[in-house]
Amino acid sequence: MTGAMAMVKCLEQQGVSVAFGYPGAAICPFYDMLAGSSIRHILVRTEQNAAHAASGYARISGHVGVCIATSGPGATNLLTGIASAYMDSIPLVVITGQVRSDLLGRDVFQEADITGAAAPFTKHSYIVKQAEDIPAVFNEAFYIAASGRPGPVLIDIPVDMQQAEISDILPHGRPDIIGYKPQVKGHPLQVRKAAKALRESARPIICAGGGVFSAKAQPMLEAFAEQCRIPVICTMMGIGALPSAHPLNLGMLGSHGCVPANKAIRDADLVILAGARVGDRAVAAPDQVAARAKIIHIDIDPAEIGKNMPAHIPIVGNLRQVLGELNKLMSEDSPWQAPAQWVETVTDRKRRYDEKEIPDTPGYVEPKCFMRLLSQRMEDDAVLCADVGQNQIWSANHFGVRQGRFLTSGGMGTMGYSIPCAVGAKTAAPRRQVCAVCGDGSFQMSMMELGTICQEGLGVKIVIMRNTRLGMVRELQDNLYHGVHSAVYLDGSPDFTRIAAAYGIPSRCLHSSAEAEEAIAAMLADDRPYLLVCDVPPDYPSL
Amino acid sequence: MKYTLSVLVENHPGVLSKVSGLFSRRGFNIDSLAVGITEDPAISRMTIVVDGDEHVVEQVEKQLNKVIPVIKVKTLVPADTISRTLSLIKVSVSSNHKGGADGSRAEIMRIAELMQARIVDATRTTMTIEFSDTTERTETLEALLRPYGIKEIVRTGVIAIEKGPNPTRTAKNY
Repeated sequence: MTGAMAMVKCLEQQGVSVAFGYPGAAICPFYDMLAGSSIRHILVRTEQNAAHAASGYARISGHVGVCIATSGPGATNLLTGIASAYMDSIPLVVITGQVRSDLLGRDVFQEADITGAAAPFTKHSYIVKQAEDIPAVFNEAFYIAASGRPGPVLIDIPVDMQQAEISDILPHGRPDIIGYKPQVKGHPLQVRKAAKALRESARPIICAGGGVFSAKAQPMLEAFAEQCRIPVICTMMGIGALPSAHPLNLGMLGSHGCVPANKAIRDADLVILAGARVGDRAVAAPDQVAARAKIIHIDIDPAEIGKNMPAHIPIVGNLRQVLGELNKLMSEDSPWQAPAQWVETVTDRKRRYDEKEIPDTPGYVEPKCFMRLLSQRMEDDAVLCADVGQNQIWSANHFGVRQGRFLTSGGMGTMGYSIPCAVGAKTAAPRRQVCAVCGDGSFQMSMMELGTICQEGLGVKIVIMRNTRLGMVRELQDNLYHGVHSAVYLDGSPDFTRIAAAYGIPSRCLHSSAEAEEAIAAMLADDRPYLLVCDVPPDYPSL
Repeated sequence: MKYTLSVLVENHPGVLSKVSGLFSRRGFNIDSLAVGITEDPAISRMTIVVDGDEHVVEQVEKQLNKVIPVIKVKTLVPADTISRTLSLIKVSVSSNHKGGADGSRAEIMRIAELMQARIVDATRTTMTIEFSDTTERTETLEALLRPYGIKEIVRTGVIAIEKGPNPTRTAKNY
């Protein structure tokens, strides 16, 4: 068989049913074989969105996302998508075509050193120099992408390797990679130490991060929090790890988080960091937190522990396993619960915060109330893909997640992520409601994907929070740059409903909160794509 | 503070750039880096001297361990380690008008003898000295030669091995 045939076979062996990509000359042998395979290929409109869509797919399906591009510009266009996935620990296998191996290094047409360029943002990368290596490389790549701390793995394949004849591929087992043995089981002694510290604590909290989803540890988190009555705060990547309305959920912490969550971490005497890497937007002064509270840091990646915040009790391991063990230690023999007074103080504060009325903004849609209403009207397992900017903060703080997911580009803050992410999410879960919320800036970074949505018949709902400017930068300029609005006005934007109409996508534009109820109902009435434009106040705060 | 890390890596093309890229990306300071094959041709050893505090070295170790072709990272304890750097030093000599071995030439030869360095090349105006020793002794030799006029120094990175009968963890006993 040819190398290209082997590539397709390997993908099938790995259980890949969907791939997102964009062809070109250097990847043509592969595409030739893909045509007759069982794999559904989704043609995006620019390569970056292939990576974002694969990311959305991976996050909802729980499998490795696959994206494909050609050499040179195809490959370099993927970079932002790869970097976004790397920052958020999303498992991807990224396949790029490459120029003929005997021409490498000669700057031939569409040649780019993509493994070199992507090195800072990939968990690992391969450049195939012998076609016989293809099966082993694919087997390793999928294993590395999905295991330990997940992340993107790049496979760069020169076109002559795809054309070369190789022997049949054998069934694969788990690869043995000498330098890669991720530790899964938390050290029992460390877990016991954590349990002891927890029993001695008076004001404990759990800070849940994106690692909860990577480890599929939501049930363990909920069981542990409920069993021990420990309040939970979450990072942006951890939103939905515990249902938003759960009485122990205090909301998102950080510079754009909510007061109850930030006060809770300020007052705590013990913090369990559960799959959270203590990014600067979540914890601005980690040393201060660690000075007041005992830190138990649970992470599968040993390098995250102690990187940004000193940890008193580090536990390297899979969160699902460690939380399960910890819960067992806390509930067996003499069950322990956090002091009721502490729990009441923080949960009361959250309740009062949630009850605070948000004044309406006449002539505009009030974005926070809109997000609350949207989450109430969407199904329990709905997927919300938030873009980046003010729309993201409104979504993060006001879209209540029940059994669904909240997806966003947390680490990189990549504008334009929401729509391709929604494309991937909807492909992974066609029966679930999927809605992308973006601003008028981020929409224009990805609006070409309306084509993909139509071509694939994906019932993705899109909400644009239109404030005719780059709201978050505008806010920053108002707060820190003396109100000089530099390059933030989006004059020249088209009528988005007419853009939708050009694709045959129904749409509507809202100018007041009063219309929201009915408009959301209309948007969610069927499973076809829909574009809802909300005119929001132009100079409205994120918080 | 300087730390010496002994790093076993798979002998693949691109590993060096992965490791060096990691250092520049994360702002770790490398004093020197030496790579060579080991008793197992599939495996290379990098000896990296890092400048930083304990926290930095811990991060360097952890980040290196995340690089897939990195098999083993060990921070060596100076007291239990033999380390060497190889230097080639071209130094000016002044001779008398007959070109005889007096003037500074004789003094430099005595310094070389004192430090157990080898003279590997000599011209009318220069001598080239080969020296293999610790960083500290290399600096001493340099200081002794400097007054005569050092024209050029070529130095390798430090390589290091642990004292005693046991190998510094090879891939096989990892």
